[in-house]
Amino acid sequence: MSFLMSSASAPRTEKVPATAPVFELIEVEKVFQVRPPNSGLSRKTVGLRALDGVRLRVDTGTSIALVGESGSGKSTLLRVLLGLDAPTGGRALYHGAPIREARAKGRDFARDVAMVYQDARGSLDPRMTVEALIAEPLRHFNIVQKDQIKARVAELLDRVGLPTDAGRRYAAGLSGGQVRRVAIARALASEPSVLVADEAVSGLDVSTQAQLLTLLRGLQRDMNLTLVFITHDLGVASYLCDEIAIMYLGRIVETGPTDVVLNAPAHPYSAALRAAAPRFFEPMPEPLSGEIPSPLDLPPGCRFSTRCPAAQPDCGERDPQLGRFGAHRAVACLHPLTNPQA
Amino acid sequence: MTAKAAPAPATVPPAGPSGNGAARGKRSMFRRRPFFTVALIVSLAYILGAIFAPLVAPYDPVAQSIDAMMQPPTGAHPLGTDSYGQDILSRVIFGARYALIIGFCSVLIGAVGGLIIGLAAGLSGGWLEWALMRLIDSILALPSLILAVAFIAILGQGVDKVVIAVGLSMIGPFSRTVRADVMQVRVQGFVEAAHLMSIPYLQVVWRHVLPNVIFPLAVQVTIRISEAILVSSSLSFLGIGVTPPTPDWGLMIAEGRDFVSFAPWMAAMPGFALALLLIALSIVGDGIREEFDPKGRRGS
Ligand SMILES: Nc1ncnc2c1ncn2[C@@H]1O[C@H](COP(=O)(O)OP(=O)(O)OP(=O)(O)O)[C@@H](O)[C@H]1O
Ligand code: SF4
Ligand SMILES: [Mg+2]
Repeated sequence: MSFLMSSASAPRTEKVPATAPVFELIEVEKVFQVRPPNSGLSRKTVGLRALDGVRLRVDTGTSIALVGESGSGKSTLLRVLLGLDAPTGGRALYHGAPIREARAKGRDFARDVAMVYQDARGSLDPRMTVEALIAEPLRHFNIVQKDQIKARVAELLDRVGLPTDAGRRYAAGLSGGQVRRVAIARALASEPSVLVADEAVSGLDVSTQAQLLTLLRGLQRDMNLTLVFITHDLGVASYLCDEIAIMYLGRIVETGPTDVVLNAPAHPYSAALRAAAPRFFEPMPEPLSGEIPSPLDLPPGCRFSTRCPAAQPDCGERDPQLGRFGAHRAVACLHPLTNPQA
Repeated sequence: MTAKAAPAPATVPPAGPSGNGAARGKRSMFRRRPFFTVALIVSLAYILGAIFAPLVAPYDPVAQSIDAMMQPPTGAHPLGTDSYGQDILSRVIFGARYALIIGFCSVLIGAVGGLIIGLAAGLSGGWLEWALMRLIDSILALPSLILAVAFIAILGQGVDKVVIAVGLSMIGPFSRTVRADVMQVRVQGFVEAAHLMSIPYLQVVWRHVLPNVIFPLAVQVTIRISEAILVSSSLSFLGIGVTPPTPDWGLMIAEGRDFVSFAPWMAAMPGFALALLLIALSIVGDGIREEFDPKGRRGS
């Protein structure tokens, strides 16, 4: 978002018009056709709204955290951003062009947008050495001359804090933290400007998480990466990301600068998350009592109305869209908790 | 915040035990698996004997001698002679040639055919996969010996025909394991990651799917060689495999069967040679599978 543009350095922004954000999602909707539970033998399918009216803008050089309960649609949103899934409604743009088209056009999109999978080990071919794994994107995108590949691999290993001799190992012989580092090195090999990461530090012990976060933050600053980071952990979000987008049942319900949103949440759901996770670096506990509604059967009106402590009578009638809330924030609530100036 | 307090270290501590463990494990495999080692030595002895058969065998395997018919084991003929006066030891040694050649070649045919069909079935999906799998299922319903007999009936007799018949009869089981492996590999993260990198599909198959399928297939090959040898010997035993006077173990057992009451060595010697080779090969195959199968070690 615009307040961050000042910190973005020139080289990356030159090639695109300054106005076009890296990613822009406009009313994006993703409906999966699934067979409803207890449907017996019938072949009838119903629509599962994994994403519903998602609005998001990711500017060059920003780091944005995507936070939400399990099943809120974070991974689906990521797949749309990467062009792996086509949205069933709305528009998903990359530098102003539809993402799927940008991806189909050639290697540039694949080179520019790199991904670190949550299952980092699974994303690395078990029969390739670390060196071969990192060399693959170098070769595929012709990043360096053939005779310089070895040197570049060593450079990348060093960049992510792995010893050079790790290049001869296989992923099976590396620890969880080392595997994440390899995945990050591999993602960086194509010299991307956007790094997308799905739970890149979860499931690791606290000190390893801290090391990786320090590494990611350093990389983000030094290479001026645009970072889209899925996490369960508000502490991770606030450490690593300038901005935060909080998702609930397929919709982004609040966005804004991380510290502002977390200090004074405007959406009751953000407030509940904040209250439930008072300590950083701990996975998110159940933030609220009550069942999360099934995405197959969304409640009428506001999707949070069944669990919202601040619900009013009109909440069951009107479905709030994500709308501007002050200069840099947006919230999808009819009765925000704070006033826009906060 | 905690993260600020903990700076990233310049390097990461050396890998856990699993990293060095794999290397150490390979070196001492022979000591950890004495049966495997013995079986490997026996198998190698067979292979060497087969390769250097003309040097090792004391007689020409098809040289008949009226003076030395059906002799029990003696100094001149350590394993005795058969009803044509042919030296059984020489025939057993040359028989290893046929057994191993037929075994290797037919398994190779089965593995290559299985790899092609299994890859096609596992990658295609849709009606093609359905058709291929029904084909494989209908083939698999028959034991490989019956199937080999059917192919022999079409192709006729002879070493080359036996190789083809046994090879064809093994395509079914190979296809099935390859397809199962392909289905497992193609949904893995690293395949999607390669796709995300916009690596062309065929290149992904070649670089990432194939190597992860070939290895379990190679293990299967070592295990199934003994099956191929057994089936080919059975064909010869039934009199529809290789033709006499080829020194083939199955054929020798069949010939010796008529004399088993007063010249038991005629059938027993090739039978023993066959049994020992089959046992040795399957122990070697099992050992290789257990040692190198990544599935058994994954999750470390
Ligand atoms: N391919 C699919 N087919 C049908 N439904 C799907 C598919 N992918 C996701 N969903 C559904 O969409 C919803 C959102 O899933 P998604 O994986 O995006 O959630 P998430 O926020 O990433 O959760 P988690 O934190 O557990 O990873 C879930 O209800 C899920 O069941
Ligand atoms: S619109 Fe109403 S129910 Fe929905 S979050 Fe706001 S106050 Fe709660
Ligand atoms: Mg997910």
